[in-house]
Amino acid sequence: MAEIHTAPSRSLRGFSALLVYPRLVWVWTRAMAQYPASLLTLSLAQALISLSELAALFFVFSHAGRLAGFGLHETLLIYGLSGVAFSLADLFMGAVERLGEHIRLGSFDTMLVRPVSPLAQLAADGFSPRRLGKLVPNLAALVWALGEADIDWTAERVLLVPVLLCSGFVICASVWTIGACIQFVVADARELANSVTYGGQAMTQYPLAIYGADIVRTATYIVPLAFVSWQPALYLLDRPDPLGLPEGLRHASPCVAVALALVAALLWRSGLRHYRSTGS
Amino acid sequence: MSPIIEAQDLGREFTVSSGRPLRRVRRTVTAVRDVTFSVASGEIVGYLGPNGAGKSTTMKMLTGILRPSRGRLRVTGLEPSRQRTRLAGRIGVVFGQRTTLWWDLPLRDSLALTRHLYRVPAADHARRLAELTELLELGPFLATPVRQLSLGQRMRGDLTAALLHAPRLLVLDEPTIGLDVVSKSTIREFLLRLNSEQGTTILLTTHDLGDVERLCRRVMVIDHGRLAFDGDLSALRATAPSPRTLIVDLTAPAPPIEVAGATATRVEGPRQWLELSANPAEVIAAVSATHRIADLMLREPEIEDVVARLYRRERTASLGKDG
Ligand SMILES: Nc1ncnc2c1ncn2[C@@H]1O[C@H](COP(=O)(O)OP(=O)(O)O)[C@@H](O)[C@H]1O
Ligand SMILES: [Mg+2]
Repeated sequence: MAEIHTAPSRSLRGFSALLVYPRLVWVWTRAMAQYPASLLTLSLAQALISLSELAALFFVFSHAGRLAGFGLHETLLIYGLSGVAFSLADLFMGAVERLGEHIRLGSFDTMLVRPVSPLAQLAADGFSPRRLGKLVPNLAALVWALGEADIDWTAERVLLVPVLLCSGFVICASVWTIGACIQFVVADARELANSVTYGGQAMTQYPLAIYGADIVRTATYIVPLAFVSWQPALYLLDRPDPLGLPEGLRHASPCVAVALALVAALLWRSGLRHYRSTGS
Repeated sequence: MSPIIEAQDLGREFTVSSGRPLRRVRRTVTAVRDVTFSVASGEIVGYLGPNGAGKSTTMKMLTGILRPSRGRLRVTGLEPSRQRTRLAGRIGVVFGQRTTLWWDLPLRDSLALTRHLYRVPAADHARRLAELTELLELGPFLATPVRQLSLGQRMRGDLTAALLHAPRLLVLDEPTIGLDVVSKSTIREFLLRLNSEQGTTILLTTHDLGDVERLCRRVMVIDHGRLAFDGDLSALRATAPSPRTLIVDLTAPAPPIEVAGATATRVEGPRQWLELSANPAEVIAAVSATHRIADLMLREPEIEDVVARLYRRERTASLGKDG
């Protein structure tokens, strides 16, 4: 029998991973759509969680009025920026946190013997549109905040909103992937990695000033999630940094995104190189 | 033509730690050591060994999942751990204990997804799927979600998934483990046809001697990570004959039975193990002439017996040389 395959070049294969990902997502969506009732309930449950967080925010501001110099709309802007970036990352990359499980069950081995990037397979595995339930309320909150907050809409700011959201998405996705790489070493490290991302999310959603300068310095420099919403929000609102960090930081989000993505890629490759599978 | 698999001094170690945290003891387990062999295109080779011998570890190195600790390895001319993705397009892999299919998807959808992953053109996919559906009789359960398939059905589905892209080499790790007799024989017949009609090279690990008897002209026996034998099945039979064992339960304990065509190798109360060198029917007749038999059981040789015999032979050979 004739061989069907010609060997594609390296760069072509990298590109085709991008093409195969939407296909995988589509197949999974179709599979999930076979149980519409369950899909709907799960989506609503996700939406309710996001909505209750928003409600808590409104409640706090109905009493406090301003928190550390930030009003409701400014805080909502910070919340929306991180919420959208986070739920986008969750939608497309959330499944990578299950790497440890795939390693233990042996399904990661089967991903490795297919001619497609195992990261794309891992990310798409079990893709469910129910995660849109989280994205939609966050997106609505962001749009509303962008309209209501006191922003001087220059052309530059308009153009930079999608760039900042993209950077936020890449930062979250990279932090997640880095968390997944830890699971190469400790197959049970999922809990540890979650404290980095989920704990981190709560922190990016409220004005960082509330948490005190020390934590923030650590968060800005060590867990670069502050670049997902805090610095971008300062930029959009044109506010001085209440913590006195350098002005330049607010333009750094895209660079932080690229740097983190590189770190994630390096760790992933090293994880694959040292991968030891499971003894059966 | 260059061999499809070339392994030279292949080795793999694992460091494992055990004990309580802070007081962990680390030690190195050598799963595979100094394994050298090559497989030519079109062969069916059995990779035989008891549990924990290093079979799966070898297969994982061949498919690029594990990076070898030492040695040189080429599969279809590629270095598996460095060129894993490219290699994946040329080989088909099935692990008996795990599935490449998706639990929640119907078999047909799982296979369609596989087509996208391997970028098989739709027409080729349809043709090969029709072919394999007929050969493996998938028809009745193509629409069934994978989680509802029986083990035998799932294995047939997995074989199909591994073959849709028409690989030159099929690597199977324990393909018949846990299967019933009928499924085993369906799969064995299928593999024979695949090999003879399409020339697919097949390397399979097993600890089932039945697989080897039916499928493989050539066998390699691995034990404790070392290659203990590599050659014809008939040569293995000659160097390490593995007779069947007749287990006889007498009505009362008795001294070891002495009849022509059998040797008692073990006695436990009324139960005796007779290693057969003649036809079992003759031996049973001879035993029942002198003893009262309560029950009988015929046991096929197992891989452990073959390995034990290989070692016994090696030991006597080296003793003969030294003495
Ligand atoms: N990922 C692993 N980590 C630690 N030890 C392993 C691992 N994989 C295999 N081993 C060890 O290597 C040896 C060979 O295992 P394996 O290749 O799975 O044997 P087989 O497939 O022949 O039963 C065993 O002692 C096993 O415990
Ligand atoms: Mg095994």
